[in-house]
Amino acid sequence: MRKKNKNKNNKNLNASWLKPYSLLQNYPLYIRSIPAEQELKFHYTVHTSLDVVDEKVSAMGKALVDQRELYLGLLYPTEDYKVYGYVTNSKVKFVMVVDSSNTALRDNEIRSMFRKLHNSYTDVMCNPFYNPGDRIHSRAFDNMVTSMMVQVC
Amino acid sequence: MKKHYAKREITELCGAKRVGYFGLTQFYVALKLIAAAQSGLPVQVESIKCELPLPQFMALKNDEIRYSNPTELHGMKCQIPYVTMEKNSFKRVDDGEKQQEKMSPIMSPVSSPPSSPSSYQRVPLTYGYGKLRSGMDQMHAAPYETRQHTLQQEGSTSGSHGPKPTRRQTSLIQSLSVEREPQESNSNYPDDPWRITEEQREYYINQFKSLQPDLSSFISGSLAKNFFTKSKLTIPELSYIWELSDVDCDGALTLPEFCAAFHLIVARKNGYPLPESLPQTLQPDYLQTAFLKPKWDCALFDSYSESMPVNQQPRDLNRIEKSSIKEKTDLTAPAQDVNIDDKQALKISSVDEAMPKDLSVDTATSKDLNTLKARPRSRSYSNTSLEEAMKRVEEPPTPPPRPQKSHSRTSSLDLNKVFQPNAPAAKPGLLPPPPALPPRPLMSQVLHHNTSNDSISQTKLPGQLPGYGDFRLLEQTEQVSEIELHPQLTRTPSQTEESGSPVKKDLPHTQPPSKPIRRKFRPENQVMENQEPSSVSGTSSVPTVPTVKPHASIQKQSSKQKKAIQTAIRKNKEANAVLARLNSELQQQLKEVHQERIALENQLEQLRPVTVL
Repeated sequence: MRKKNKNKNNKNLNASWLKPYSLLQNYPLYIRSIPAEQELKFHYTVHTSLDVVDEKVSAMGKALVDQRELYLGLLYPTEDYKVYGYVTNSKVKFVMVVDSSNTALRDNEIRSMFRKLHNSYTDVMCNPFYNPGDRIHSRAFDNMVTSMMVQVC
Repeated sequence: MKKHYAKREITELCGAKRVGYFGLTQFYVALKLIAAAQSGLPVQVESIKCELPLPQFMALKNDEIRYSNPTELHGMKCQIPYVTMEKNSFKRVDDGEKQQEKMSPIMSPVSSPPSSPSSYQRVPLTYGYGKLRSGMDQMHAAPYETRQHTLQQEGSTSGSHGPKPTRRQTSLIQSLSVEREPQESNSNYPDDPWRITEEQREYYINQFKSLQPDLSSFISGSLAKNFFTKSKLTIPELSYIWELSDVDCDGALTLPEFCAAFHLIVARKNGYPLPESLPQTLQPDYLQTAFLKPKWDCALFDSYSESMPVNQQPRDLNRIEKSSIKEKTDLTAPAQDVNIDDKQALKISSVDEAMPKDLSVDTATSKDLNTLKARPRSRSYSNTSLEEAMKRVEEPPTPPPRPQKSHSRTSSLDLNKVFQPNAPAAKPGLLPPPPALPPRPLMSQVLHHNTSNDSISQTKLPGQLPGYGDFRLLEQTEQVSEIELHPQLTRTPSQTEESGSPVKKDLPHTQPPSKPIRRKFRPENQVMENQEPSSVSGTSSVPTVPTVKPHASIQKQSSKQKKAIQTAIRKNKEANAVLARLNSELQQQLKEVHQERIALENQLEQLRPVTVL
């Protein structure tokens, strides 16, 4: 039942680049969702969840920055979906929205997915032609995200 | 006779003529037809549909050769003839059977399996095919081995020969023809866009060196970015190319990664669409083995003293030889910086057209010209057999390499005339012609100078006339030995001379050679000084060479001098022509660069108001 219901089993990935010296500028570098037609809704969801991310980050305190865990865990559970967050040391945020009906996804799996995302993102950063702050067009990154989403769905 | 006729029929039937070469399909069909012909069946397509005994081929000289039974092939898992002993394969190439142009591009469809053997293995494969071809030519009735080769990764079963060969033959042939096409476009050896040719490889390596002298180290991302942006591809494309080529994703490029990236850029500029994933021939591990391959070939080539009958080789074998040789020299090049510039591909022209001019054009073309002239000289000393083969490969009509440096002293004057006529034929070396002869102009110039000096010395010295005849003899031998010394001496300076115009250096080079000779001949020259300057007239040339060379001369000096002068004049004219051409080419480049600069400045001007904000 869960697996057949592909339409609802959505994932939305969103990463933002925070510029500390100016007003909070969170804009997405990469957004992907299955299915694609509900993307707008997820834009909104992710944007609102950014506040939660900031809250969690600041809650940890500046003294603990080094030991801060990158994985933020469940940010915001609604009736329809769950939002998970992950922030890198360079303040790039990964937000994942997963359908609530997909109970098979456990925390470990989410963590591993974020780890994969982070690795792919560092690979993208290694490319000297990629300017930080650009939208991500890397095919390798796309492939990785696709495979991950397919895996879950 | 009959066999040849049948062979022609076979080739026609299997469609080789239609396709233009013996593709894999055609090859298998041809083999089947041969089997049919040998078993007495008429050479027709239908005859191969029935089960046939294996075609008989001449016994192979080398037992290590393993040939696959073509009837065992099925689908893409066909066996490819694999020669285990490359040495023997090379020898067989030397045997050099009569050529069939149609057979030559057999290399192209050799890689039928998708995970085809790397090009390293393709080298033996061509030789295997060469031998097979020779066997087919002979068409003798002797069994040939049908052992499976061990290298085939996809296990092809030998037992398939028995069961249902009939049905599978036609189906496999069709499948082969279908499957061959897409793959052929990818793995067609001569035309594979993703295969780095030797010239390109050397060019890439040199570019790498310009960025990072240490070949085993990395080029950082920023450095590479600056370099590749010069290629004027768009940033997204460059980003994608980087993504393809930086396999380990470390933000830096090793040499194979760099070559792959460079090759992708070149391909893109030539209009090829970028691949979805890095082609197998551009993978770093593949390129690494390709770099290492020359070591193997080095050992093999060294074992051959005979030079290969190049003219009889198919075009691909030529290329393979050349590639092997060049790779060998490529490997030895890092050891000697001098040779590196030399061996930077002669055929840079192809790469030059591909690469935009702003990618170090000046260095490339100047190096190109320099290598053109310098290459023959330096090449002739690394591996004589190899270089002879190389020279023959590239310039068949040239005379054989220069005669032995150490020919014994002969008393015949003819040697002078032998050398002098050769001199005008030789150019300073900026143009491709005779690689073996460049030093001779130096020698002739030296000779010219010497002869002029001789006359001067003669005119200066008051004459006595001791044993005239003896001195003539002595002078002849001296000239001979002088000539013999000149090639040696002129070669050494020319060998070290890499850049700059060779003509300019010709004159200075005459200085060092003459000095040792002068020293050597001093005891004899003192005797010579007493010689009467006989009917030496004419050459009232002012000593252009400061080192006066006391050398005995006879009346034959005048004729020799004339000849020498003429040859020198001719040589100078040729040098002038070459320099003029070089000049015009450089002027052209300068113009182009100017234009680019103007264009860039315009762009800058346009952008300036925007950036002011």
